[in-house]
Amino acid sequence: MAVIEQLTQDFLRTKKLPHIWCPGCGNGIVTAALVRAIERADFDQKDVVIVSGIGCSSRAAGYLNFNTLHTTHGRALAFATGLKMARPELKLFVIMGDGDCSAIGGNHFIHSARRNIDLNAVIVNNHIYGMTGGQHSPLTPVGKKATTAPRGTLEREFDLLKLARGAGATFGARGIAAQPRQLEQLIARAAKHKGFSVVEALSPCPIAYGRRNKLGGAVEMLREMKDSSISVEKASSMDTSELEDKTLTGVLFSEEAPEFSEEYHKSINKENA
Amino acid sequence: MAYEMLSGSQAAAAAVQRAGVDLVAAYPITPQTAIVETLANYEAKGELGGDFVSVESEYAALACCYGAAAAGARVFTATASHGLAYMHEVIHWCSGARVPVVMVNVNRAIGAPWCLDPDQGDSLSQRDTGWMQIYCSGAQEVFDTVLQAYVLSESLLLPCLVVFDGFYISHTYEAVDIPEKEKTLEFVGEKRFKPQVVPGNPVNLHGLTTGDNQILLVRNRHESMIKALDLFKQVNKKFEGYFARSYKAVDSVIPPGSKTVFVAAGSTVETIRWALPGLKDCGLIQLRMFRPYPAEELCAVLEAHDVERVIVVDRNCSIGMGGIFSQELKAALYNMENPPIVEDLLLAGGIDLTIDMLHRVLETTAEGKNADQKWGVDVR
Repeated sequence: MAVIEQLTQDFLRTKKLPHIWCPGCGNGIVTAALVRAIERADFDQKDVVIVSGIGCSSRAAGYLNFNTLHTTHGRALAFATGLKMARPELKLFVIMGDGDCSAIGGNHFIHSARRNIDLNAVIVNNHIYGMTGGQHSPLTPVGKKATTAPRGTLEREFDLLKLARGAGATFGARGIAAQPRQLEQLIARAAKHKGFSVVEALSPCPIAYGRRNKLGGAVEMLREMKDSSISVEKASSMDTSELEDKTLTGVLFSEEAPEFSEEYHKSINKENA
Repeated sequence: MAYEMLSGSQAAAAAVQRAGVDLVAAYPITPQTAIVETLANYEAKGELGGDFVSVESEYAALACCYGAAAAGARVFTATASHGLAYMHEVIHWCSGARVPVVMVNVNRAIGAPWCLDPDQGDSLSQRDTGWMQIYCSGAQEVFDTVLQAYVLSESLLLPCLVVFDGFYISHTYEAVDIPEKEKTLEFVGEKRFKPQVVPGNPVNLHGLTTGDNQILLVRNRHESMIKALDLFKQVNKKFEGYFARSYKAVDSVIPPGSKTVFVAAGSTVETIRWALPGLKDCGLIQLRMFRPYPAEELCAVLEAHDVERVIVVDRNCSIGMGGIFSQELKAALYNMENPPIVEDLLLAGGIDLTIDMLHRVLETTAEGKNADQKWGVDVR
């Protein structure tokens, strides 16, 4: 059996397919990259838990053949924190959308980063609330239109990775749905990193975001995504002027710091000794 | 009169647009999203007449409304299900702070697991927060009630929740009479409340107090809320003068000789109304106002018609007790000399009420343990 078929059989709940995502949506690409990354990280399937919030991307939990928890909007990281503290050996992947993670979930996001708890946050950023039909999120770029911003949003968007780093996360990477192999590698590296790791996966939503902003279909959106991004390695030898309007991809930061659940259990063991 | 084909959500937004609001704060959630989207469109076209703020959460939406109302603005927000549950703390706060806020809640079940169907548990779980609650059975009623809610809320300095069922009302289109804005603005009138936050007049609001003070504040709120029962009548009299239609807190269709009466709130009212000619010796009571609870009016209607049996349609369940509308009704009947028997038809989870179900419930008499509680799944 080909590797991809084996992966599909082992890691997907094929009975739940076809998925609900719209034509041209990037959620399938990101989910597939996640599956391959889990394989690449060589985790035991029984130790892997997927936690998701609510929104289009969070529906991935239903298709993935692990222990999966579909939780409340924006709160997936808080649910995952409980799991990790009770069972530190678990390998936790927390799938969130941009609206989910950075609006109602913003507080849990910065506190997970502050604690540096060993959770792997995968944020599918399609710049919009897709499931409810296209309202602007905290990651909708300034000026882009949404049903709740028909004239274009005036609000500035977060740079999620800067936010994560500022709050104490120890690993931050950005991938794009247009480059699924790189995305897979980034998620695998995040998985191996001890501490709170954040992977922002830029993903096209041609239906609720692209159409309203005249960005073309999925192919055009993926092409634009590819053209406007550049890897941190390449960018390191370029002038700042050349990098204007470019989105950096790759590992933006990776550092070592004490991981919360391990430190906590160490302190408990010391007290009990 | 100008009729427009509108969904319940669009009717709610149209009323807000014609109520002279100063600020709308909004966050999307199914099945309410169309309300805030419609309002965002009004704003983009310069037709809202107020500000539209798209915030980061439902909590923020209501807190933003509170802030604006404290500054003297006429405000609106809408939500559903988990969004309403998430607002819970500010829902109490708005009432305690005596700011007039009008909010629409579109009924939807609360998880886990995720479910979109129109269980009423979201709004009913806000029963004790000090908000008026009015349940609508169709889009026209939604439009009219939102307008009336501003008068009630600003007159009594208590917030008002206008409630209707997800999908059955929010997404269903009907012909709605939309009066000229000039007339609706005149009906709603000038703001009846003063701003709490006034530049040059510094005050400290809502600081720490004691139970001794709090009980007086709670009693005051309770007494104000009770006034809504009479005020609702006056408001509807005035409304009738303007728009040639009106509503009661307790409406009824009880043909002579009716032995059984269905009591319902929300869209199930219309199903029963439709089915009534085929249901032998049956009548219908629509419980429109839920807070304040119109106990006297309810008992008076039941007494006047000598009703023997009441079947309450509860698209909700207080787990460990039963249907919430049914429990409240039983409490209201306590002082009646010959109270009817009360049975409960539970549609918890948000399941549809069918006409077959009504026939089956009527056929099954209440005997044995827990026979007064029938689950919709068992009679469809």
